[in-house]
Amino acid sequence: MRETEATADARRALEVCNACRYCEGFCAVFPAMTLRREFTSGDLSYLANLCHNCRGCYYSCQYAPPHPWNINVPQVLAQVRAETYEEYAWPGPLAGLFKRNGTIVSLAMIAGIALALILTMALVDPSILYTPQQGPGAFYRVIPWWLMVTLAGGTSLFAVLALVMGFRNFWRDTGGRADELRPGRPLAVALHDILTLKNLGGGGGGCNDVDEGFSQVRRRFHHFMFYGFLLCFASTTSATFYDHFLGHEAPYPFLSLPVQLGFWGGVGMVIGTAGLIWTKIVSDPAPAARNLLGSDYALLVLLLMAAATGLLLLGLRDTGAMGVLLAVHLGVIFTLFAVIPYSKMVHGVYRSAALFRHALERRPTPPPGNKPSDRALGSAA
Amino acid sequence: MPDFSRVWDVLVIGGGNAALCAAVTARQAGCSVLLIESAPKAFRGGNSRHTRNMRTMHPEPTSVLTEAYLEDEYWDDLLRVTGGQTDEHLARMTIRLTTDALRFMEASGVRFQPSLSGTLSLSRTNAFFLGGGKALVNAYFALAERLGIDILYDTEAVDLKMDDGFVREVAITHRGFPETVRAKTVVASSGGFQADLDWLEKGWGPAARNFLIRGTPYAKGVVLRNLLDQGVASVGDPTQCHAVAIDGRAPKFDGGIATRLDCVPFSIVVNKDGERFYDEGEDVWPKRYAIWGRLVAQQPDQVGYAIIDAKSEKLFMPSVFPAIKADTVGELAVKLGLDPAKVEATVAEFNAACVPGEFNSTRLDGCRTEGLTPPKTHWARPITEAPFIGYPLRPGITFTYLGVKVDENARVRMDDGRPSANLFASGEIMAGSILGKGYLAGFGMAIGSVFGRIAGREAAKNARN
Repeated sequence: MRETEATADARRALEVCNACRYCEGFCAVFPAMTLRREFTSGDLSYLANLCHNCRGCYYSCQYAPPHPWNINVPQVLAQVRAETYEEYAWPGPLAGLFKRNGTIVSLAMIAGIALALILTMALVDPSILYTPQQGPGAFYRVIPWWLMVTLAGGTSLFAVLALVMGFRNFWRDTGGRADELRPGRPLAVALHDILTLKNLGGGGGGCNDVDEGFSQVRRRFHHFMFYGFLLCFASTTSATFYDHFLGHEAPYPFLSLPVQLGFWGGVGMVIGTAGLIWTKIVSDPAPAARNLLGSDYALLVLLLMAAATGLLLLGLRDTGAMGVLLAVHLGVIFTLFAVIPYSKMVHGVYRSAALFRHALERRPTPPPGNKPSDRALGSAA
Repeated sequence: MPDFSRVWDVLVIGGGNAALCAAVTARQAGCSVLLIESAPKAFRGGNSRHTRNMRTMHPEPTSVLTEAYLEDEYWDDLLRVTGGQTDEHLARMTIRLTTDALRFMEASGVRFQPSLSGTLSLSRTNAFFLGGGKALVNAYFALAERLGIDILYDTEAVDLKMDDGFVREVAITHRGFPETVRAKTVVASSGGFQADLDWLEKGWGPAARNFLIRGTPYAKGVVLRNLLDQGVASVGDPTQCHAVAIDGRAPKFDGGIATRLDCVPFSIVVNKDGERFYDEGEDVWPKRYAIWGRLVAQQPDQVGYAIIDAKSEKLFMPSVFPAIKADTVGELAVKLGLDPAKVEATVAEFNAACVPGEFNSTRLDGCRTEGLTPPKTHWARPITEAPFIGYPLRPGITFTYLGVKVDENARVRMDDGRPSANLFASGEIMAGSILGKGYLAGFGMAIGSVFGRIAGREAAKNARN
């Protein structure tokens, strides 16, 4: 991780935090911080990605603006986090896509939809786009099966490769070793923290999602979105299984496994993404990194579009709108796969990696007598 | 703009823990309540903003407190730090009521956490606020708003107009404009006077100009002064304040916990003339940190310099300001603005006096000097290994002891011993009744919470009669 203005700001803020430590009960960042007296840029990258942006520390901070020290941990860690996305992007020359990321992801979605419509019209009889198609293979009459598989398979395989390389870059830069990557209790702890979003619990009782009040809405909306996404992924997988091994061609009946998984997953994603967009709009802007909101919104809208077009397609698949909707839906999905390694989506990889690193780090208990001296009576009146 | 022509049941002056406990309690008893806070919203909460725990009596383990901490042990701890300058009746009552205060706090939305790292010895006695005192203040203000308490920020009480122990009305400034508030009962919870340097100067002389105030700049003692001038009885030594040695680079106000510096036991401390002036290793730091504010305050220009070497660098909590480092003692002295020859001589003399022993940072290890004045009785090791490290020290004022006298119902007493008809007090403004000297971690919040609730309850009762 290179040194920047953001890392300098983050280092200064964490040095204040390390001399205070009142926020230790909120999340993983502060216990991880207290293990260090000095912060390398790799440490800052690790801590920035460990931060879930719950903002509890901002509202509790006696040094928050307008105090002259101007400590705003969620904001400064968000800035560093955004820079780590660039730093670890693979291949390197594409790191620039994280600059003005909101604009780029939005344009990619528009281009993806346009391209899908144009390709469809170029490759198949345009009239198919406007006439109802029903029965087995209906979708493939609009977009040929080989094209779907090539595009989806190609982009998703590339996305996985790029994410793995990003993970490797992060792991090395934050002092991780390859031999630490093995199953065991730390991995189980990390998976638990990832899947429950424990660090969006504010140490019990919730986070400052919107303002000084505590709530769990961000955590719940994220769960809707994340588990909705997983259901949709399971839907696609089961459909592939139906197609290849059972010989059933899409579309499937509403009560079939692929459609049920996709339907409920889609509903979850719509609720989750819409809820997260709403939370961002109504929340106090003071602890937010405003220059990064575009990237957040762009990805949320892309995910919302993916789910909403899928549900719409399901609802109208027996009508003449099916052809256009299918092209739009697949355009969005294709864009999603293509931009995964170059969007806010990468936070999932780095945050998971940081939680794993934290679980590894917490495991050995430091030897007694080697800790900074007790501040027993040090509390102010 | 609020309607200042109305009459509130209870006016609470202040916005810290004690004021909020009083306001919430009075409101829950059915009273109309106006709370006025002199600070703007961002700096609301007085010194409670900087606190982090409350010392709490408990007969058995609770969600955040381990084992048990009973009245007699609590009382003994208090007796030890105050050297007897306390009121046993009020103190024991406060101690007993902390148990119930903790329940009230939890019910009010204050959240707690296990004790912080480096404070394990407090896990049995002190309940830590999740996120610290500002989070506590936020929780109370949120509750106050939900309950319908009228809250005015940037609003300062300037004159409580008293007739024969009865507060007729209160002159205030609201966003800089003069107004008058009428209330049946008044609770003064507006803190001490530690942020008023002129007042401190009366007790300390010109040295007070060099003091740093660890907490809020809004605790100027305006209400305290106003009440004492009108014949309210006082308690506590008017010249004394709780002072600790903090990093000399701390801001004038509001530096809070992060300016604390715990390196003294492992260092030698010299004054601006490069001379040592006190036994740095007299006892463990938690038992000695409070005397160092006074010691530094007595030195020329009210400044000291702690000097350690590489061996001791990792033995204490990091201060928020970077350590000043140099390759030689002389170079370090120059960086600290001291006479290098003098500091080198002091260090050499100290090094020569160190008796070899087995160093142990976690207990009184007996590593001492011989034939040195003043001696260093523990943790004395020759300062020889580069880098040499220095920190400036200045007195940091936490709070003042002078306050108004109250009875067990938080009712203010007049000089002639009679109770006030409608004035109550809670928090720092009356804490001198119980804590006349020294300090016990988390006891300020205990007094504030307990007396805040009593004041709120009694004020409500008074307003109804």
